[in-house]
Amino acid sequence: MSTQTPPAEQVGTESDDSHSLVRSKARYGDALFSGISSGSALMIFVILAAVATFLTSQALPAMTSEPDHTGLSEVSALGGFWQWALPLAFGTVWSAVLAMLMAVPLAVGIALYLSHYAPRRVARIFGYLIDLLAAVPSVVFGLWGLMVLAPTLHPFYKWLNETMSWFPLFNAWQAREDGELRPVLAVGGQNMLTAAMVLALMITPIITALSREVFLQTPLLHEEASLALGATRWEMVKQAVLPFSRPGIISACMLGLGRALGETMAVAMILPGKVLVTFKLLTYNNPNTIAAYIAQNFPESEGFGKMQLIAAGLILFIITLVVNMIARGIIASRREFSGAN
Amino acid sequence: MAKRIEIKDLDIYYGKFHAVRGVNLTIEPRAVTAFIGSSGCGKSTVLRSINRMHEVIEGAYVDGQVLLDGVDLYGKDVDPVRVRRQVGMVFQRPNPFPTMSIRENVLAGVRLNNARMPRSEQDELVEKSLRGANLWNEVKDRLDRPGSGLSGGQQQRLCIARAIAISPDVILMDEPCSALDPISTLAIEDLIKELKDQYTVVIVTHNMQQAARVSDTTAFFNLKKQGEPGELIEVGPTEKIFHNPDQQATEDYITGRFG
Repeated sequence: MSTQTPPAEQVGTESDDSHSLVRSKARYGDALFSGISSGSALMIFVILAAVATFLTSQALPAMTSEPDHTGLSEVSALGGFWQWALPLAFGTVWSAVLAMLMAVPLAVGIALYLSHYAPRRVARIFGYLIDLLAAVPSVVFGLWGLMVLAPTLHPFYKWLNETMSWFPLFNAWQAREDGELRPVLAVGGQNMLTAAMVLALMITPIITALSREVFLQTPLLHEEASLALGATRWEMVKQAVLPFSRPGIISACMLGLGRALGETMAVAMILPGKVLVTFKLLTYNNPNTIAAYIAQNFPESEGFGKMQLIAAGLILFIITLVVNMIARGIIASRREFSGAN
Repeated sequence: MAKRIEIKDLDIYYGKFHAVRGVNLTIEPRAVTAFIGSSGCGKSTVLRSINRMHEVIEGAYVDGQVLLDGVDLYGKDVDPVRVRRQVGMVFQRPNPFPTMSIRENVLAGVRLNNARMPRSEQDELVEKSLRGANLWNEVKDRLDRPGSGLSGGQQQRLCIARAIAISPDVILMDEPCSALDPISTLAIEDLIKELKDQYTVVIVTHNMQQAARVSDTTAFFNLKKQGEPGELIEVGPTEKIFHNPDQQATEDYITGRFG
């Protein structure tokens, strides 16, 4: 290719228009599209700002001033906003953490099976089933947890409390006034463990579906590199698939965690929660979650009480935000090694 | 530790597709053997059958024997994983593990053997392998940086270092330079000539000059016609194949009067 060709001097004003370099007419399609997309982007800011303004304007008074007579009775009884809100925040995080502990290994395992072990036909059928599970409404999960899972597990909880009570989480014994120990198991299995199980079940499909997509994107090149070094299938997964998929798995887990933190209906139906902090899983004393508490109490509250509930909502919002930022931090800290370059 | 490879009456299938027919070939140790031929003639498939990497594709199987110093790689009790630890492979596109540092990449194969290796021994192995791949001087100051930050040619040499770190008997190379610039290609070719002092090297290449430059023996593969399985047409000393081949098809291909 020669670079010495002189540039064309005339700009085709006289000859046919298709060779002209002059902008012919305004491109309405372009303008419209760029307008719509910038508008949509702007909309996110507007909505976020609106939500944040609403939350803070309603929540700040509730967080800072003394509870008055129109506030929630429980807040007054506990002696202040934070004595009430922090246990709820604990219950929210605790139930979500338990759910994650159960759901993540299960979901990643299923995803690996579907992407790297199952025959293609089986994988496809399983994929549909997982999608189906994701489509079950949370109120149905709640009903099922309440009416089927909890009573079914109750005998198991009993056994767990009798044989494994040395493990603090499973200990549900309480001393009576005369010093005798009595079991204080939740009625009908409606305890934190059941609620966490149902939560786990609800977030498993989304983590599975996303992880599977990520696993499938592992370049064949890297898998072959590993196999050619004499890796077994599992070693190949450990060496090539999992490290490559790590950021994706973290993102998937965060989505699941977000859902678990904010899940309202299932927890509200299964768990007769109270405002308290305990790690024990089997007792009738269970911490409530923010979302479930709001749903259970909002209809009857008024005035200052509403603002207190909104303040709790703001705390939930902040928890979710922090969780997401931590996840982003984890992903960014190993960006160089992500394989994106 | 270089070993002789004997391929006997080898047919390779992918499910119902008959990819390669009736290959008989002896690959000498401490020498470079080049596989040449047009695309789709089965040379890569034959190469991959030497460490059973073609089995990555579902439904692949072979009929015939591939003997590594007399041991059939397709024997009843043979574990493909073990085969691949003795027969290393370098691929068309450089594929260092992106999540690992240069050092970890070199050690990747050793780690698989679950060998608990003292740090000092690891350091030694990393240096020896990287020196063996003519890469040491370029990366010795940044062993903990990601392998994916290197240039294409350096990445490919890193992959070679990774392959020789587990001291294989054979190194297979599937068009190792096709994604590289001429300077990097030259570096790899020099390296190939050095590798044959210790290993049996088999290389697939589309680059005729490359085959002529680096190999001692050349094997020419071709299809009788489209849709037929690939076959080994002729094998001999590189000198002879390039200057005085026995088969007309070989001469046509070498001189570019092909197809």
